Amino acid sequence: MLDLTPDEWIAIRLSLRIALVATVVALPFGLAIAWLLARKDFWGKAIVDGLVHLPLVLPPVVTGYLLLISFGRKGPIGSFLADTFGIVFSFRWTGAALACGIMGFPLLVRAVRLSIEAIDRRLEDAAATLGASRLWIFATVTLPLALPGIIAGMVLCFAKALGEFGATITFVSNIPGETQTLSAAIYTYTNVPGGDAAAGRLVLVAIALALLALIASEWFARRAGMRFHGE
Amino acid sequence: MLAVEVEKRLGDFALAAAFKAAGGVTALFGPSGAGKTTIVNMIAGLIAPDRGRIALDDTVLFDAAARIIVPPLRRRIGYVFQEDRLFPHLTVRRNLDYGRYMNGLPRDEAGMMRVVDLLDIGALLDRRPGRLSGGERQRIAIGRALLTHPRLLLLDEPLASLDAGRKREILPYLVRLRDEAKVPMLYVSHQFREVKRIATEVVRLDDGRVAAQGGLDLLDASVADMLV
Repeated sequence: MLDLTPDEWIAIRLSLRIALVATVVALPFGLAIAWLLARKDFWGKAIVDGLVHLPLVLPPVVTGYLLLISFGRKGPIGSFLADTFGIVFSFRWTGAALACGIMGFPLLVRAVRLSIEAIDRRLEDAAATLGASRLWIFATVTLPLALPGIIAGMVLCFAKALGEFGATITFVSNIPGETQTLSAAIYTYTNVPGGDAAAGRLVLVAIALALLALIASEWFARRAGMRFHGE
Repeated sequence: MLAVEVEKRLGDFALAAAFKAAGGVTALFGPSGAGKTTIVNMIAGLIAPDRGRIALDDTVLFDAAARIIVPPLRRRIGYVFQEDRLFPHLTVRRNLDYGRYMNGLPRDEAGMMRVVDLLDIGALLDRRPGRLSGGERQRIAIGRALLTHPRLLLLDEPLASLDAGRKREILPYLVRLRDEAKVPMLYVSHQFREVKRIATEVVRLDDGRVAAQGGLDLLDASVADMLV
Protein backbone atom coordinates (compact mmCIF):
# COMPACT_ATOMS: atom_id res chain seq x y z
CA MET A 1 0.00 0.00 0.00
CA LEU A 2 1.72 3.16 1.17
CA ASP A 3 5.44 2.55 1.02
CA LEU A 4 6.63 4.71 3.86
CA THR A 5 10.35 5.30 4.39
CA PRO A 6 11.89 4.83 7.86
CA ASP A 7 12.15 8.60 8.26
CA GLU A 8 8.45 9.00 7.57
CA TRP A 9 7.60 6.26 10.07
CA ILE A 10 9.69 8.06 12.67
CA ALA A 11 7.74 11.27 12.14
CA ILE A 12 4.41 9.41 12.38
CA ARG A 13 5.35 7.54 15.55
CA LEU A 14 6.72 10.71 17.10
CA SER A 15 3.53 12.60 16.29
CA LEU A 16 1.36 9.89 17.84
CA ARG A 17 3.51 9.77 20.96
CA ILE A 18 3.51 13.55 21.35
CA ALA A 19 -0.25 13.80 20.84
CA LEU A 20 -0.95 10.95 23.24
CA VAL A 21 1.31 12.27 25.99
CA ALA A 22 -0.07 15.80 25.51
CA THR A 23 -3.67 14.55 25.84
CA VAL A 24 -3.07 12.26 28.81
CA VAL A 25 -1.11 14.88 30.75
CA ALA A 26 -3.63 17.61 29.91
CA LEU A 27 -6.59 15.49 31.06
CA PRO A 28 -6.38 15.84 34.87
CA PHE A 29 -5.71 19.58 34.58
CA GLY A 30 -8.52 19.91 32.06
CA LEU A 31 -10.97 18.08 34.33
CA ALA A 32 -10.04 20.24 37.32
CA ILE A 33 -10.30 23.54 35.42
CA ALA A 34 -13.51 22.52 33.67
CA TRP A 35 -15.09 21.53 36.99
CA LEU A 36 -14.03 24.83 38.57
CA LEU A 37 -15.40 26.86 35.67
CA ALA A 38 -18.64 24.87 35.57
CA ARG A 39 -19.36 24.74 39.29
CA LYS A 40 -17.57 27.46 41.21
CA ASP A 41 -17.80 31.20 41.34
CA PHE A 42 -14.53 32.75 42.34
CA TRP A 43 -12.64 35.97 41.94
CA GLY A 44 -10.77 36.04 38.62
CA LYS A 45 -12.92 33.37 36.99
CA ALA A 46 -13.16 35.44 33.80
CA ILE A 47 -9.37 35.73 33.73
CA VAL A 48 -8.88 31.97 34.13
CA ASP A 49 -11.47 31.37 31.43
CA GLY A 50 -9.70 33.84 29.14
CA LEU A 51 -6.26 32.37 29.76
CA VAL A 52 -7.48 28.86 29.02
CA HIS A 53 -9.01 29.99 25.74
CA LEU A 54 -6.13 32.23 24.70
CA PRO A 55 -4.25 29.57 22.66
CA LEU A 56 -7.41 29.11 20.59
CA VAL A 57 -7.43 32.69 19.34
CA LEU A 58 -3.77 33.68 19.61
CA PRO A 59 -1.57 33.11 16.53
CA PRO A 60 0.15 29.76 17.28
CA VAL A 61 3.52 31.33 16.61
CA VAL A 62 2.88 33.73 19.50
CA THR A 63 2.03 30.85 21.84
CA GLY A 64 5.21 29.12 20.69
CA TYR A 65 7.27 32.22 21.28
CA LEU A 66 5.81 32.71 24.76
CA LEU A 67 6.67 29.10 25.54
CA LEU A 68 10.18 29.64 24.25
CA ILE A 69 10.89 32.62 26.49
CA SER A 70 9.27 31.06 29.59
CA PHE A 71 10.02 27.33 29.21
CA GLY A 72 13.25 27.63 27.23
CA ARG A 73 16.60 26.79 28.82
CA LYS A 74 17.11 30.43 29.83
CA GLY A 75 13.47 31.14 30.59
CA PRO A 76 12.39 31.48 34.26
CA ILE A 77 10.22 28.34 34.36
CA GLY A 78 12.43 26.35 32.00
CA SER A 79 15.65 26.97 33.94
CA PHE A 80 13.93 26.21 37.25
CA LEU A 81 12.53 22.90 35.97
CA ALA A 82 15.86 21.95 34.41
CA ASP A 83 17.89 22.76 37.53
CA THR A 84 15.59 21.22 40.14
CA PHE A 85 13.92 18.29 38.33
CA GLY A 86 16.12 17.85 35.30
CA ILE A 87 13.11 18.30 33.03
CA VAL A 88 14.12 20.00 29.79
CA PHE A 89 11.58 21.13 27.23
CA SER A 90 13.51 23.15 24.69
CA PHE A 91 14.31 21.29 21.46
CA ARG A 92 13.02 18.02 22.92
CA TRP A 93 9.94 16.00 22.09
CA THR A 94 8.65 16.78 25.60
CA GLY A 95 8.58 20.44 24.59
CA ALA A 96 6.55 19.52 21.53
CA ALA A 97 4.12 17.66 23.81
CA LEU A 98 3.88 20.72 26.06
CA ALA A 99 3.12 23.00 23.11
CA CYS A 100 0.57 20.55 21.69
CA GLY A 101 -1.07 20.07 25.09
CA ILE A 102 -1.47 23.80 25.57
CA MET A 103 -2.92 24.24 22.08
CA GLY A 104 -5.40 21.41 22.63
CA PHE A 105 -6.26 22.42 26.21
CA PRO A 106 -9.06 24.90 25.42
CA LEU A 107 -10.84 22.31 23.28
CA LEU A 108 -10.60 19.76 26.08
CA VAL A 109 -11.79 22.16 28.77
CA ARG A 110 -14.69 23.42 26.65
CA ALA A 111 -16.08 19.97 25.95
CA VAL A 112 -15.72 18.78 29.54
CA ARG A 113 -17.16 21.98 30.98
CA LEU A 114 -20.26 21.82 28.79
CA SER A 115 -20.90 18.21 29.76
CA ILE A 116 -20.48 18.96 33.47
CA GLU A 117 -22.86 21.92 33.18
CA ALA A 118 -25.42 19.64 31.54
CA ILE A 119 -25.51 17.27 34.53
CA ASP A 120 -28.59 17.43 36.73
CA ARG A 121 -27.18 18.70 40.02
CA ARG A 122 -30.11 17.23 41.88
CA LEU A 123 -28.50 13.83 41.27
CA GLU A 124 -25.45 15.07 43.16
CA ASP A 125 -27.67 16.23 46.04
CA ALA A 126 -29.26 12.80 46.09
CA ALA A 127 -25.81 11.22 46.30
CA ALA A 128 -24.97 13.48 49.25
CA THR A 129 -28.08 12.36 51.16
CA LEU A 130 -26.97 8.77 50.51
CA GLY A 131 -23.70 9.44 52.32
CA ALA A 132 -21.31 10.29 49.50
CA SER A 133 -18.58 12.88 50.10
CA ARG A 134 -17.81 15.51 47.46
CA LEU A 135 -14.93 13.51 46.08
CA TRP A 136 -17.05 10.36 45.87
CA ILE A 137 -19.89 12.30 44.25
CA PHE A 138 -17.44 13.57 41.65
CA ALA A 139 -16.04 10.09 41.02
CA THR A 140 -19.32 8.15 40.99
CA VAL A 141 -21.86 10.63 39.61
CA THR A 142 -20.28 13.66 37.94
CA LEU A 143 -17.45 11.90 36.13
CA PRO A 144 -19.41 8.98 34.64
CA LEU A 145 -22.25 11.27 33.56
CA ALA A 146 -19.76 13.64 31.90
CA LEU A 147 -17.94 10.77 30.20
CA PRO A 148 -19.26 11.35 26.66
CA GLY A 149 -18.09 14.96 26.86
CA ILE A 150 -14.75 13.95 28.34
CA ILE A 151 -14.14 11.51 25.50
CA ALA A 152 -15.14 14.09 22.92
CA GLY A 153 -12.79 16.61 24.54
CA MET A 154 -9.91 14.14 24.60
CA VAL A 155 -10.35 13.33 20.93
CA LEU A 156 -10.48 17.01 20.02
CA CYS A 157 -7.35 17.64 22.09
CA PHE A 158 -5.60 14.64 20.52
CA ALA A 159 -6.53 15.71 16.99
CA LYS A 160 -5.40 19.27 17.64
CA ALA A 161 -2.13 17.98 19.11
CA LEU A 162 -1.59 15.68 16.15
CA GLY A 163 -1.93 18.55 13.69
CA GLU A 164 -0.25 21.27 15.71
CA PHE A 165 2.42 23.11 13.76
CA GLY A 166 3.01 26.77 14.52
CA ALA A 167 3.57 26.71 18.28
CA THR A 168 5.59 23.49 18.12
CA ILE A 169 7.99 24.59 15.40
CA THR A 170 8.50 27.97 17.07
CA PHE A 171 9.19 26.45 20.48
CA VAL A 172 11.17 23.30 19.72
CA SER A 173 12.11 23.75 16.08
CA ASN A 174 12.04 20.97 13.47
CA ILE A 175 14.60 18.32 14.39
CA PRO A 176 14.13 14.94 12.64
CA GLY A 177 13.63 12.18 15.19
CA GLU A 178 13.21 14.55 18.13
CA THR A 179 10.70 17.29 17.33
CA GLN A 180 9.85 16.74 13.69
CA THR A 181 6.18 15.80 13.84
CA LEU A 182 3.97 14.72 10.96
CA SER A 183 3.01 18.31 10.17
CA ALA A 184 6.58 19.54 10.38
CA ALA A 185 7.77 16.68 8.17
CA ILE A 186 5.15 17.50 5.53
CA TYR A 187 6.22 21.12 5.67
CA THR A 188 9.86 20.13 5.25
CA TYR A 189 9.18 17.78 2.32
CA THR A 190 7.21 20.44 0.48
CA ASN A 191 10.29 22.66 0.69
CA VAL A 192 12.73 20.09 -0.67
CA PRO A 193 13.01 19.43 -4.41
CA GLY A 194 11.52 16.01 -5.14
CA GLY A 195 9.79 15.82 -1.78
CA ASP A 196 6.28 15.79 -3.28
CA ALA A 197 5.84 12.03 -3.11
CA ALA A 198 6.86 11.86 0.54
CA ALA A 199 4.65 14.81 1.42
CA GLY A 200 1.74 13.16 -0.40
CA ARG A 201 2.16 9.92 1.54
CA LEU A 202 2.26 11.74 4.87
CA VAL A 203 -0.79 13.80 3.92
CA LEU A 204 -2.71 10.57 3.34
CA VAL A 205 -1.56 9.28 6.73
CA ALA A 206 -2.68 12.53 8.38
CA ILE A 207 -6.12 12.25 6.81
CA ALA A 208 -6.44 8.61 7.86
CA LEU A 209 -5.44 9.37 11.46
CA ALA A 210 -7.89 12.26 11.70
CA LEU A 211 -10.75 10.14 10.37
CA LEU A 212 -9.85 7.30 12.72
CA ALA A 213 -9.90 9.63 15.71
CA LEU A 214 -13.32 10.98 14.74
CA ILE A 215 -14.80 7.52 14.26
CA ALA A 216 -13.34 6.31 17.54
CA SER A 217 -14.74 9.26 19.48
CA GLU A 218 -18.17 8.83 17.92
CA TRP A 219 -18.13 5.15 18.89
CA PHE A 220 -17.01 5.80 22.47
CA ALA A 221 -19.49 8.62 23.00
CA ARG A 222 -22.32 6.49 21.63
CA ARG A 223 -21.41 3.61 23.91
CA ALA A 224 -21.22 5.89 26.92
CA GLY A 225 -24.53 7.55 26.01
CA MET A 226 -26.26 4.22 25.41
CA ARG A 227 -25.80 3.19 29.00
CA PHE A 228 -28.11 5.96 30.17
CA HIS A 229 -31.02 4.83 28.07
CA GLY A 230 -32.48 1.50 28.97
CA GLU A 231 -30.48 -1.68 29.13
CA MET B 1 -37.77 12.21 67.98
CA LEU B 2 -37.20 14.95 65.45
CA ALA B 3 -37.23 18.52 66.75
CA VAL B 4 -37.27 21.32 64.23
CA GLU B 5 -37.17 25.04 64.89
CA VAL B 6 -36.05 27.01 61.86
CA GLU B 7 -36.20 30.42 60.26
CA LYS B 8 -35.24 31.34 56.74
CA ARG B 9 -35.84 34.25 54.40
CA LEU B 10 -36.08 33.48 50.69
CA GLY B 11 -36.81 36.72 48.87
CA ASP B 12 -40.33 37.73 49.87
CA PHE B 13 -41.03 34.42 51.52
CA ALA B 14 -40.36 34.15 55.24
CA LEU B 15 -40.28 30.71 56.81
CA ALA B 16 -40.52 30.35 60.59
CA ALA B 17 -41.59 26.90 61.66
CA ALA B 18 -41.28 24.83 64.81
CA PHE B 19 -42.59 21.31 65.33
CA LYS B 20 -41.70 17.94 66.83
CA ALA B 21 -42.20 14.52 65.30
CA ALA B 22 -42.24 11.63 67.77
CA GLY B 23 -42.10 8.66 65.43
CA GLY B 24 -44.39 6.77 63.12
CA VAL B 25 -45.36 8.78 60.07
CA THR B 26 -45.64 12.53 60.52
CA ALA B 27 -47.28 14.29 57.63
CA LEU B 28 -46.12 17.76 56.71
CA PHE B 29 -49.36 18.89 55.20
CA GLY B 30 -50.24 22.13 53.49
CA PRO B 31 -50.79 23.91 50.18
CA SER B 32 -48.04 24.33 47.57
CA GLY B 33 -45.72 27.18 48.47
CA ALA B 34 -46.21 26.70 52.21
CA GLY B 35 -42.50 25.87 52.59
CA LYS B 36 -42.76 22.10 52.96
CA THR B 37 -39.91 21.18 50.62
CA THR B 38 -37.69 23.91 52.09
CA ILE B 39 -38.13 22.44 55.56
CA VAL B 40 -37.38 18.93 54.34
CA ASN B 41 -34.25 20.16 52.54
CA MET B 42 -33.13 21.78 55.77
CA ILE B 43 -33.58 18.54 57.68
CA ALA B 44 -31.63 16.68 54.98
CA GLY B 45 -28.90 19.31 55.12
CA LEU B 46 -29.23 20.52 51.53
CA ILE B 47 -30.26 24.03 52.66
CA ALA B 48 -29.01 25.85 55.77
CA PRO B 49 -31.57 27.79 57.83
CA ASP B 50 -30.76 31.38 58.77
CA ARG B 51 -31.53 30.71 62.42
CA GLY B 52 -32.70 27.88 64.57
CA ARG B 53 -31.96 24.32 65.56
CA ILE B 54 -32.63 20.85 64.18
CA ALA B 55 -32.11 17.75 66.31
CA LEU B 56 -32.77 14.09 65.68
CA ASP B 57 -32.95 11.96 68.84
CA ASP B 58 -29.88 13.12 70.77
CA THR B 59 -27.90 14.35 67.76
CA VAL B 60 -27.87 18.03 66.90
CA LEU B 61 -27.89 18.33 63.09
CA PHE B 62 -28.01 22.09 62.96
CA ASP B 63 -27.64 24.79 65.55
CA ALA B 64 -27.12 28.34 64.33
CA ALA B 65 -26.17 29.69 67.78
CA ALA B 66 -23.62 26.93 68.40
CA ARG B 67 -22.47 27.03 64.75
CA ILE B 68 -23.16 23.36 64.21
CA ILE B 69 -23.90 22.23 60.66
CA VAL B 70 -23.68 18.50 60.07
CA PRO B 71 -23.20 17.93 56.31
CA PRO B 72 -25.88 15.82 54.57
CA LEU B 73 -23.59 12.82 54.08
CA ARG B 74 -23.22 12.38 57.83
CA ARG B 75 -26.86 12.83 58.80
CA ARG B 76 -28.00 9.29 57.96
CA ILE B 77 -31.36 10.61 56.83
CA GLY B 78 -32.98 8.91 53.85
CA TYR B 79 -34.57 11.21 51.31
CA VAL B 80 -37.11 10.21 48.67
CA PHE B 81 -37.47 13.12 46.29
CA GLN B 82 -40.47 14.21 44.27
CA GLU B 83 -38.66 13.04 41.16
CA ASP B 84 -36.92 9.73 41.75
CA ARG B 85 -33.39 11.06 41.05
CA LEU B 86 -32.06 7.59 40.31
CA PHE B 87 -28.55 7.43 38.88
CA PRO B 88 -29.08 6.79 35.15
CA HIS B 89 -25.65 5.23 34.61
CA LEU B 90 -26.03 2.57 37.30
CA THR B 91 -28.14 -0.57 37.31
CA VAL B 92 -31.04 -0.78 39.75
CA ARG B 93 -28.97 -3.08 41.97
CA ARG B 94 -26.11 -0.58 42.11
CA ASN B 95 -28.52 2.29 42.72
CA LEU B 96 -29.89 0.35 45.68
CA ASP B 97 -26.41 -0.51 46.92
CA TYR B 98 -25.03 3.04 46.57
CA GLY B 99 -25.85 4.24 50.08
CA ARG B 100 -24.57 1.10 51.76
CA TYR B 101 -21.26 1.45 49.95
CA MET B 102 -20.91 5.17 50.65
CA ASN B 103 -21.68 4.69 54.33
CA GLY B 104 -19.12 1.91 54.58
CA LEU B 105 -21.72 -0.61 55.80
CA PRO B 106 -21.01 -4.32 55.38
CA ARG B 107 -22.62 -6.13 52.47
CA ASP B 108 -26.00 -7.51 53.56
CA GLU B 109 -27.65 -9.50 50.78
CA ALA B 110 -30.47 -10.71 53.04
CA GLY B 111 -31.32 -7.19 54.18
CA MET B 112 -31.28 -6.01 50.59
CA MET B 113 -33.58 -8.82 49.49
CA ARG B 114 -36.03 -7.96 52.28
CA VAL B 115 -36.33 -4.42 50.95
CA VAL B 116 -36.44 -5.69 47.38
CA ASP B 117 -39.32 -8.01 48.31
CA LEU B 118 -41.10 -5.33 50.32
CA LEU B 119 -41.09 -3.04 47.30
CA ASP B 120 -41.44 -5.83 44.73
CA ILE B 121 -38.54 -4.74 42.53
CA GLY B 122 -36.70 -8.07 42.29
CA ALA B 123 -37.29 -8.39 38.55
CA LEU B 124 -35.69 -5.02 37.83
CA LEU B 125 -32.34 -5.45 39.57
CA ASP B 126 -30.15 -5.81 36.50
CA ARG B 127 -31.84 -3.12 34.43
CA ARG B 128 -31.00 0.56 34.23
CA PRO B 129 -33.56 3.15 35.36
CA GLY B 130 -33.89 4.74 31.90
CA ARG B 131 -36.81 2.70 30.57
CA LEU B 132 -38.62 1.82 33.77
CA SER B 133 -42.05 3.23 34.57
CA GLY B 134 -42.48 6.14 36.99
CA GLY B 135 -43.95 3.83 39.64
CA GLU B 136 -41.10 1.36 39.36
CA ARG B 137 -38.54 4.13 39.53
CA GLN B 138 -40.12 5.68 42.61
CA ARG B 139 -40.22 2.28 44.37
CA ILE B 140 -36.51 1.88 43.64
CA ALA B 141 -35.86 5.38 45.00
CA ILE B 142 -37.67 4.43 48.22
CA GLY B 143 -35.58 1.25 48.45
CA ARG B 144 -32.38 3.17 47.80
CA ALA B 145 -33.10 5.58 50.67
CA LEU B 146 -34.19 2.74 52.96
CA LEU B 147 -31.02 0.69 52.42
CA THR B 148 -28.79 3.35 54.01
CA HIS B 149 -30.53 2.30 57.27
CA PRO B 150 -31.67 5.87 57.86
CA ARG B 151 -32.65 7.15 61.28
CA LEU B 152 -35.42 9.07 59.57
CA LEU B 153 -36.94 8.83 56.12
CA LEU B 154 -37.99 12.03 54.35
CA LEU B 155 -40.55 11.63 51.59
CA ASP B 156 -41.23 14.79 49.61
CA GLU B 157 -44.46 14.30 47.70
CA PRO B 158 -43.21 10.92 46.49
CA LEU B 159 -46.41 10.33 44.52
CA ALA B 160 -46.83 13.79 43.02
CA SER B 161 -45.20 12.98 39.69
CA LEU B 162 -47.30 9.82 39.22
CA ASP B 163 -50.74 9.37 37.69
CA ALA B 164 -53.64 8.07 39.77
CA GLY B 165 -53.05 4.43 38.87
CA ARG B 166 -49.40 4.56 39.85
CA LYS B 167 -50.29 6.31 43.09
CA ARG B 168 -52.55 3.43 44.03
CA GLU B 169 -49.66 1.14 43.11
CA ILE B 170 -47.20 2.77 45.52
CA LEU B 171 -49.35 3.67 48.54
CA PRO B 172 -49.66 0.09 49.82
CA TYR B 173 -45.85 -0.20 49.80
CA LEU B 174 -45.58 2.94 51.90
CA VAL B 175 -48.11 1.54 54.36
CA ARG B 176 -46.07 -1.68 54.56
CA LEU B 177 -42.99 0.42 55.10
CA ARG B 178 -44.68 2.12 58.03
CA ASP B 179 -45.95 -1.12 59.57
CA GLU B 180 -43.06 -3.49 58.78
CA ALA B 181 -39.86 -1.48 58.46
CA LYS B 182 -40.87 0.88 61.28
CA VAL B 183 -38.59 3.68 60.12
CA PRO B 184 -39.81 7.07 61.35
CA MET B 185 -41.00 9.07 58.37
CA LEU B 186 -41.70 12.67 57.57
CA TYR B 187 -44.17 12.63 54.73
CA VAL B 188 -44.72 15.80 52.72
CA SER B 189 -47.94 16.14 50.81
CA HIS B 190 -50.79 18.43 49.95
CA GLN B 191 -53.03 15.47 49.12
CA PHE B 192 -55.63 14.92 51.81
CA ARG B 193 -56.38 11.28 50.95
CA GLU B 194 -52.74 10.30 50.74
CA VAL B 195 -52.00 11.76 54.15
CA LYS B 196 -55.07 10.16 55.68
CA ARG B 197 -53.92 6.76 54.44
CA ILE B 198 -50.32 6.91 55.58
CA ALA B 199 -49.88 9.40 58.43
CA THR B 200 -50.12 8.86 62.17
CA GLU B 201 -49.59 12.51 63.03
CA VAL B 202 -50.11 15.76 61.14
CA VAL B 203 -48.23 19.05 61.06
CA ARG B 204 -50.22 21.60 59.11
CA LEU B 205 -48.09 24.20 57.41
CA ASP B 206 -49.45 27.42 56.01
CA ASP B 207 -47.45 30.25 54.44
CA GLY B 208 -44.19 29.31 56.14
CA ARG B 209 -45.73 28.80 59.57
CA VAL B 210 -47.03 25.82 61.50
CA ALA B 211 -50.77 26.40 61.69
CA ALA B 212 -51.57 23.32 63.76
CA GLN B 213 -50.15 20.02 64.92
CA GLY B 214 -51.98 16.95 66.12
CA GLY B 215 -53.64 13.67 65.19
CA LEU B 216 -55.39 12.66 62.02
CA ASP B 217 -58.57 14.41 63.17
CA LEU B 218 -56.73 17.62 62.35
CA LEU B 219 -57.04 16.73 58.68
CA ASP B 220 -60.81 16.92 58.67
CA ALA B 221 -60.67 20.27 60.42
CA SER B 222 -58.08 21.52 57.91
CA VAL B 223 -60.17 20.46 54.98
CA ALA B 224 -63.23 22.06 56.53
CA ASP B 225 -61.16 25.27 56.88
CA MET B 226 -60.08 25.12 53.27
CA LEU B 227 -63.60 24.65 52.06
CA VAL B 228 -64.91 27.65 53.93
